[in-house]
Amino acid sequence: MGEREYDASYQAPPAEVGEMELVHPRTFIGKYIWSQDAKVIAVQYMLTATAIGLVALVLSLVMRLQLGFPNTFSLIDPAEYLQSVSMHGMIMVVYLLTAFFLGGFGNYLIPLMCGARDMVFPYLNMLSYWFYLASVLILAAGFFVPGGASGAGWTLYPPQAISEGTPGVDGGIITMLVSLIVFIAGFTMGGLNYVATVLQARTRGMTLMRLPLTVWGIFMATVLALLAFPALFVACLMLLFDRLLGTSFFLPEMLGMTQEMAREGGSPILFQHLFWFFGHPEVYIVALPAFGIVSDLIATHARKNIFGYRMMVWALIMIGVLSFVVWAHHMFVSGMNPYFGFLFATTTLIIAVPTAIKVYNWVLTLWRGNIHFTLPMLFAIGFLFTFLNGGLSGLFLGNVTVDVPLSDTYFVVGHFHMVMAVAPILVVFGAIYHWYPKITGRMLDETLGKIHFWVTFLGTYLIYYPMHFIGLEGVPRRYYAYGETTFISESVQTLNAVITVAALVVAAAQLLFLFNLVWSYYRGREAGPNPWHATTLEWQTADTPPPHGNFGKELPVVYRWPYDYSVPGVKQDFIPQNVPPQAVEREP
Amino acid sequence: MAIAIALIVLAVGSVAFFLVSPWHLTPLASNWGTIDLTISISFWVTGFVFLAVSLFMAVALIRYRYNAQRRSHYEPENKKLEAWLTGLTTLGVAALLAPGLFVWGDFVSVPEDAQEVEVVGQQWHWSYRFPGEDGALGRTQVGLVGKDNPFGIDPNDPDGQDDILIQSPRVMLPVDRPVRLTLRSNDVIHNFMVAAFRAKMDVVPGQASFFWFTPTRTGEYEAVCAELCGIAHFAMRGKVQVVEQATFDEWLADQPTFAELAQRPPGDPEAGAEQFAVCVTCHGAQGQGQQATNAPRLAGLDSDYLKRQLKNFRSGARGEHEADRFGQQMRPFAVSLDDAQAIRDLAAYIETLPVEPTPPTIVGDAERGKRLYRTCASCHGARGQGRHAFNAPRLAGMNDWYLVRQLQHFREGIRGRHPEDLYGNQMVDMAQILVDDAALRDVTAYIRTLSEAPALADAARQSAEE
Repeated sequence: MGEREYDASYQAPPAEVGEMELVHPRTFIGKYIWSQDAKVIAVQYMLTATAIGLVALVLSLVMRLQLGFPNTFSLIDPAEYLQSVSMHGMIMVVYLLTAFFLGGFGNYLIPLMCGARDMVFPYLNMLSYWFYLASVLILAAGFFVPGGASGAGWTLYPPQAISEGTPGVDGGIITMLVSLIVFIAGFTMGGLNYVATVLQARTRGMTLMRLPLTVWGIFMATVLALLAFPALFVACLMLLFDRLLGTSFFLPEMLGMTQEMAREGGSPILFQHLFWFFGHPEVYIVALPAFGIVSDLIATHARKNIFGYRMMVWALIMIGVLSFVVWAHHMFVSGMNPYFGFLFATTTLIIAVPTAIKVYNWVLTLWRGNIHFTLPMLFAIGFLFTFLNGGLSGLFLGNVTVDVPLSDTYFVVGHFHMVMAVAPILVVFGAIYHWYPKITGRMLDETLGKIHFWVTFLGTYLIYYPMHFIGLEGVPRRYYAYGETTFISESVQTLNAVITVAALVVAAAQLLFLFNLVWSYYRGREAGPNPWHATTLEWQTADTPPPHGNFGKELPVVYRWPYDYSVPGVKQDFIPQNVPPQAVEREP
Repeated sequence: MAIAIALIVLAVGSVAFFLVSPWHLTPLASNWGTIDLTISISFWVTGFVFLAVSLFMAVALIRYRYNAQRRSHYEPENKKLEAWLTGLTTLGVAALLAPGLFVWGDFVSVPEDAQEVEVVGQQWHWSYRFPGEDGALGRTQVGLVGKDNPFGIDPNDPDGQDDILIQSPRVMLPVDRPVRLTLRSNDVIHNFMVAAFRAKMDVVPGQASFFWFTPTRTGEYEAVCAELCGIAHFAMRGKVQVVEQATFDEWLADQPTFAELAQRPPGDPEAGAEQFAVCVTCHGAQGQGQQATNAPRLAGLDSDYLKRQLKNFRSGARGEHEADRFGQQMRPFAVSLDDAQAIRDLAAYIETLPVEPTPPTIVGDAERGKRLYRTCASCHGARGQGRHAFNAPRLAGMNDWYLVRQLQHFREGIRGRHPEDLYGNQMVDMAQILVDDAALRDVTAYIRTLSEAPALADAARQSAEE
């Protein structure tokens, strides 16, 4: 697989796929609005996700202000607080992270890294983005309908999500469900594209075991998403029927329903099973692309091959498969048959093994490397540390007995923010610092980037690490205020104030990052085609940024795996994937 | 370099924080020491791995930082090392899982001699039911829930007649005796959590869930709702008092059974009319309220609310606070009522009084108040009509000066802080949203605008439904 095992007489097999016919529009609108170029679609995804992500960031500050300084802001009432909780969670998980990793990086990197001209279904790809935009707009419309957005929590558990006493039951929950349905439809179009492109449109010589881990991660995540999102789709549809048409999929006989229709026989727990059958793979839909990307960031910036590539690929696949049989660990105290606990605790802890292997291999990649502390590397290290912390606290919550006292407390809030909010978002940042030069042709400013990194990394740790301990004390989550709760110590309020201040500072640092993105676009240093001396195909394009169609007249031919860094006996410390063995400059 | 130092400081600091943090598990008050043990094991195992991996990473970052003279080592894989790491990790995971599964085995096996207690969750309060002498709880159905049957017990089920009903968020449990909590919800999903007992479980409508524990320390423990259940989720509190068996038996014997409640004579308005003679001096001949005597209108309030407040005044759960001057004045009158029957009669009489509009005395910004009232509406109704199922009295048409004063008292804990004031403490939590005195006046100004007639119609429709 590596240079060492490479047979110089190897001839690349002939192209399996014919050249694609691309539509080359001439107008501005055709090029940048109704674009079928995966790279433009990628940027559209990224910008839209960033915009709605900023809304979610502001919502988190609304929550933090209330928790840090309760009874101070008369605008934040319990309804407002719960609406912020719900919209923040849903936006961050689905509309920001999922969309950014798959729609953003997936679109930009899959064709380039596979050596393809574009996605195999460019028109469908374009449609996918417009569905996504529509879903974001419908979701945001929830803020403006009578009664405001839904305050049911991002988990949308019925009966609460559609019964009186929960904010947004009039309109917000409807826009939320419709938006999710549209999002999933749009995602399916994009997702089928990613999978088909990886499987069918790789260039000559790009075997599956020569794919960069970034592509592997995004590919596996897309497979998961294509299998998991349908569960959410039906759950949303059924919940919408319960809300609008008087069905009782999830509603047992109960007090307080507004409809004057008899409801009985439905099962609230059925919804939870459907939701988490989606919800747990969703964690990996966000995590696997991060795993893949961070592998490439570490290898490139440590100038070293990723350690145990094959193991890394199999670990990704193992995690993907296992992620479908662990969902009920979110439901240990849901009132489901408690005997399920044995099974799901076991599967959940098994998933820790391939995950741990990935962590070891990242760290072992650093070992005996030659580490450049560039911005992408800093963010990758930040990810490793944060993910290590969040992964280990997952061993508490996955172990059914330990979960009982900790579930529904701030321990959970701390855990999932570490593992599936901060860790992946650090990778998003690292990836932006890494690929921005390819996307725009300019480098991001280093000083601003360093401030951004340090404030974000240390700030988020300060925010989320102590939360585990107040969770240990039993502080329940999704509480508007704690009043005088006998088992909560007074110092918790002090901590909440500290966390709020930290959150405000971290949020401000994100504005600095946005400024950097805009400023560098015009004023940044020229990057050149391959500023990081990386091996993968996207850095080998003739033009930077690459034009529609990515490569020049001829598609590149791949001769090696993507991690030929610091190969002994070779002059340069990297060999691009498309350099034939004959052309490698060797030391005399 | 800086990043390596940061990692070392964070890793060591995190472990140190675990050791010195002021926040720990609350002192255990149940048999679930084994749960605490599994938590400790998890902390030690994961803490070790956390330190080992992050320090190894920090060393790697320092030793292998960029050096133009050096090249990275080229080593695609190392099967032996990878196999070792996989094996060790599997062992570590098994060491965490095995004790967890053993304890879970205990958790799902309820002892035979456990005392059964049913916990009923309903927005946003708890109530409890004990089986009577027959040891069995009667069948229930949400459709049967109503003013006279708050638990929805099937009247035709003989098992239900002797069930002991605790219509209060406070409950007692005997110490050192296993308890099986059967959890039932009348509306949405709740979760009954007492931190000191460790165990908890969702309370799901349409089914009965359960968990068990043995309280091992006497004392009073706060129960909270741990599953998001709507606007007042954070104010859905209860109290569990763990007492000696004898105290428990005595307390339980005092609580009414379903049959006793059904047989309890209704309030007699005519007898109540006599009692009301004393009230007239302050509250007015028709209970219309008099600002001069600081006495609010009584007409229009539902009898359950009136009964609860009279009992509170009598027991000192209300009106005992030194800052509650007018509440103090009310106490001797409530104490002078002979017994529970007298209270029922009086409440029944007040319900017959004509509801007259009260004069406006407060100026506030009703527009701002409308937004503030969103929260209040969840329990008191969109038109301020009061909703019996939520234990929330009518607000529309009450004297505005009285509402302002009570809201202020709630906010400052002058009213509602007493442990026996069952739903008053909920109001203390809720009143915190009124952050300044203007907010008190604004929300009251909005309540003024909830015109009398529709509110009455709503109340009538609702009582018909119930």
